[in-house]
Amino acid sequence: MHEMSLAESVLQIIQDSSAAENFQRVRGVTLEIGKLSAVEPEAMRFCFDAVTRGSIAEGATLEIIETAGAGICLACSASVEMQEKYGLCPHCGSAHLKVTAGDQMRVKDIAVE
Amino acid sequence: MCTTCGCGGHDALIGGKRPTRSKKEGPISFRAPHSVVPHHHHAPADTVQSRIVQVEKDLLNKNNNLALGNRSYFAAQNMLVLNLVSSPGSGKTTLLVRTLEMLKDKQTIAVIEGDQQTENDAERIRATGIPAIQINTGKGCHLDASMIGHALDQLTLAKGSLLFIENVGNLVCPAAFDLGEAAKVVVLSVTEGEDKPLKYPDMFSAARLMLLNKCDLLPYLTFDVELAIANARRVNPNIEIIQLSATNGAGMDEWLNWISREQATAN
Repeated sequence: MHEMSLAESVLQIIQDSSAAENFQRVRGVTLEIGKLSAVEPEAMRFCFDAVTRGSIAEGATLEIIETAGAGICLACSASVEMQEKYGLCPHCGSAHLKVTAGDQMRVKDIAVE
Repeated sequence: MCTTCGCGGHDALIGGKRPTRSKKEGPISFRAPHSVVPHHHHAPADTVQSRIVQVEKDLLNKNNNLALGNRSYFAAQNMLVLNLVSSPGSGKTTLLVRTLEMLKDKQTIAVIEGDQQTENDAERIRATGIPAIQINTGKGCHLDASMIGHALDQLTLAKGSLLFIENVGNLVCPAAFDLGEAAKVVVLSVTEGEDKPLKYPDMFSAARLMLLNKCDLLPYLTFDVELAIANARRVNPNIEIIQLSATNGAGMDEWLNWISREQATAN
């Protein structure tokens, strides 16, 4: 999906943070991308490099921490690991799974100088 | 440019103009401008102060906040806002034109049209007598909350208006971008595959209502309606579904009743 827009959001967050935290140069950015968030890490890397060119984050390293997916089955109440967002409950086969973890996409921290 | 969907760029046009500053939200923000690298001198490596800044900010945070602003504005204006989404060619604009023709004598309506290029859709809407603002996203693959904020600056809307937003034809990207609407309405046409909800689950999961369009063509197709409905409910057990045809009008009353019910709930 739309990784370019999301990479622009990353840059915007960096720029907002730069004003608040008073830094001029970014060395590295750590993102937390949930396994169920539908962001392709490779597409994100490509777009991050493209949108940061000419900015204070040009050349910064991008670390992506992929977090695991988990959910709860609304039919049988089992807690389940989720590899995909719209899977079936491995216990009862229901499609009524509610995602409880692994759908986030956020900037965790920035290494600055 | 995005390898996945070609989105990106800095050249959206709203009502034929480049947005400058929205009355509602201050500086333009939906396309972060590339800032110029500040002139700086690298200190010798051993004196450079490096530190980690904890951020913990969601990537959609900004869009979600702008969407919240739009939503409060819509609530204050007693407006029902529906975000129509689908793949290209599902018949969204034809459906919208038919809907407007049936509703325009009963209430105030406006339309925001989203496409990569051309004013064609807005012109089709204006031909019904309903005001329409065209947003051209350029290379962008979806509308976002900021574009809607800018478009609202160009629309004069009476209290209690009904606003349709026709999103860019794309079953992937618009799913993630809240515009401040009351509901996403996904249009699936019977000339597409029954498995579209499984192939593009985020959109069918984000939608409250699915309109199964072009049902007048069913006698000529092998499309399995029950299978398409089962697939939609597999990714979204709560989705409401209406079968209709914008061409022959079948099912349109049910769709208009759904809108009336939503308006009653919104007010």
